[in-house]
Amino acid sequence: MKKHKGVSYAKWGYIFILPFFLTYAIFSLIPLVDTIRNSFYTYFYSGLKVVGPTWAGLGNYKELLSADLPKYAWNTFVMWILGFVPQICVALLLAAWFTDARFKIRGKQFFKVVIYLPNLIMASAFAMLFFALFSNTGPVNNILVSTGVVGEAIRFMESTLGARSLVALMNFLMWFGNSTIMLMAAIMGINPSVFEAAELDGCTQSQKFFKITLPQIRPLLTYTLITSLIGGLQMFDVPQILTNGQGAPDRTTMTLIMFLNKHLQAKNYGMAGALSVYLFVISAVLCFFVFKMNTDSDPDGSKAAAKRAKRAKKGGLA
Amino acid sequence: MKKRMVSLALCLGLLGSLGSGMVAQAEEEGKVINIYVWNDEWQNKFNANYPEVDSTSKDKSVTYLKDGTEVHWIINPNQDGVYQQKLDEALVKQADASADEKIDLFLVEADYALKYIDPDVDVAMPISELGITADDIANQYKYTQEAVTTADGEIRGLSYQATPGMLVYRRSIAKEVLGSDDPETVGAAVADWDKFYETADKMKEAGYYMYSGRADTYRVYSNNVSAPWVDGFDVVVDPNMMNWVDRSMEDTENGINHKVGGQWTDEWNKDMGPDSKVFCFFLPAWGLDVCIKPNVTDTDAAEDWAVCPSPQSFYWGGTWLIACRGTDNPEHLKDIMLKMTADTDILRNLAVNNGEMSNDQPLMEELAESPDFGIDLLSGQNYIGVLSEAAANISLANVSPYDQGCTEEFQNAFGDYFNGVIDLDTAKANFETAIHERYPELAMGTVKWPE
Repeated sequence: MKKHKGVSYAKWGYIFILPFFLTYAIFSLIPLVDTIRNSFYTYFYSGLKVVGPTWAGLGNYKELLSADLPKYAWNTFVMWILGFVPQICVALLLAAWFTDARFKIRGKQFFKVVIYLPNLIMASAFAMLFFALFSNTGPVNNILVSTGVVGEAIRFMESTLGARSLVALMNFLMWFGNSTIMLMAAIMGINPSVFEAAELDGCTQSQKFFKITLPQIRPLLTYTLITSLIGGLQMFDVPQILTNGQGAPDRTTMTLIMFLNKHLQAKNYGMAGALSVYLFVISAVLCFFVFKMNTDSDPDGSKAAAKRAKRAKKGGLA
Repeated sequence: MKKRMVSLALCLGLLGSLGSGMVAQAEEEGKVINIYVWNDEWQNKFNANYPEVDSTSKDKSVTYLKDGTEVHWIINPNQDGVYQQKLDEALVKQADASADEKIDLFLVEADYALKYIDPDVDVAMPISELGITADDIANQYKYTQEAVTTADGEIRGLSYQATPGMLVYRRSIAKEVLGSDDPETVGAAVADWDKFYETADKMKEAGYYMYSGRADTYRVYSNNVSAPWVDGFDVVVDPNMMNWVDRSMEDTENGINHKVGGQWTDEWNKDMGPDSKVFCFFLPAWGLDVCIKPNVTDTDAAEDWAVCPSPQSFYWGGTWLIACRGTDNPEHLKDIMLKMTADTDILRNLAVNNGEMSNDQPLMEELAESPDFGIDLLSGQNYIGVLSEAAANISLANVSPYDQGCTEEFQNAFGDYFNGVIDLDTAKANFETAIHERYPELAMGTVKWPE
């Protein structure tokens, strides 16, 4: 039998992608495995002395659940939703205005840049700014008191509502521009003839928005929701800087990652590992949904049609 | 692409560090002295007073000595344990670090000195190993040496200051409300807590605040406890700490204090400024230079201050220089530590220029008697006299390695209570959560509250 002697280029492919897998293994995979391993041990530093690691089984996981984990998850969720609702509403409104051919808004590019700007500022710098602005003797209180709106300075950071609202406000300001631009792209993807036809039929602005725009961009809205949820899960820098890492008042602005950070500061690797695994699982589930949405296994709708037909057939037989 | 660049950069970095490591090892005494500090206070004192200093770099991060040695300053803020965290990370890597990267000297405060001088962890070199003898430091206040003496009898750090506390008050307000700004008169008006609160009521009537916030009185209570914070794995809350909680709540509600939430904040600084209505502050001598002076320089209040004894004696802080195990600059360190903590001329400069209560008992006693000694901030008052007796009586017997954490978490947890956000029991529970989170080993014990 004649042996086929070809030149194999395949190995070069592997060699070229090798650096990525190496760096991934060193900087991501090994730490990941290490974190999961640590989460089953009692392992921390007492001063400069190491305690452990001793096997603890699921002890860390149980302790986290019985401790305050649900409370911090709730805090994170509340601050995220407080920021997300206005963020998506404003973004939708702005996106609809900017894309509407009838409005002929001038300086569109300029506004797009301006609303995106807050996102470019480092979150920690942004939080520092707000900390100074809204402090008890800060400019906001100075203006409120000197114009007579309030008699005494409002102590924003000392009330749960105040502190949470400030965090939400910052998240809103930082992210509404980003959402606007994403939604604009989605709306511009809608065939303009649909709008034209609707207008010819005497469709009103609000009908156009609710009956055409919203249904058409639903996939992207869901995508925005879930990526924002994953981002919200990792909320950390803004409340950390705003409350000096305390989650004050009464630990009501303590997010999951701030809680994780507390354990890392204490060099409590076991507990921090367990908490990270919890976060990993939640993020993984959310990512799964994004992945599902982005990988369309049925691009021309034939599978769905087949399913429908099958169901109809079954129904017909019965 | 990005990741590949990173790995390339890492390889280059690795090569670079290998090269520099080889050069440094060829030297007898290292060319770089790395010093860990939490602010620029001691850095400035060093640059201004150490005789071998030649110049500093523009951003002040490097000080050049006359023999060409570079002093590198690594500054991490104290708050929230950041300084200790960074220091701990570096200490863990100390053995493997190249000579120029090793920590040579680090500073510690009374609140956590015990953690670092522990002979078991062996990061602090005994001063005897540097060749410093008892005679060299005979003039220092004994308590500053006892505080860092370990069970094996070795002294593992040296301090340039003594930190007894005093009451720093505004002359203008004293004159208006008490009729006189004389330290004797004011001292009599705050001689004990009863008199202090009588005066506080007068201040309130006149539209002033007696003091800034609960954190100001904290040290006065926490230094007068009967036992250390931690016993075994149990956190034992002293009855006096609950006295502080009760009193602070009462004062906050009655408008005796200005409701300022903490120290080192913008609000606290403004309370020291020229437009403030706050009468007094509880500070040690270093507070004059570090806290008050920056807020009043070139204002009407620049000389509006005087000092008298506090209603109850206390101390606050205290900074020790510790030579780090593994240093490649023992000769330099010996000289720096001796010059900065035991040289009478330099210590005199610190007292005269920085208002420091220097760690030299005979010198302080001499200055206390001296009619010429006085600083502008206090309109020429000689404050050493107020302090020298208190300095001799300081005892650090009740400190524990956990003091910084206990202090911060206790004030944080009860801060919400003073602000009216939570009730007392929630504050207690929050303190327990926070302290167990910060020190995992204490979670093995419980938190014991006084009956």
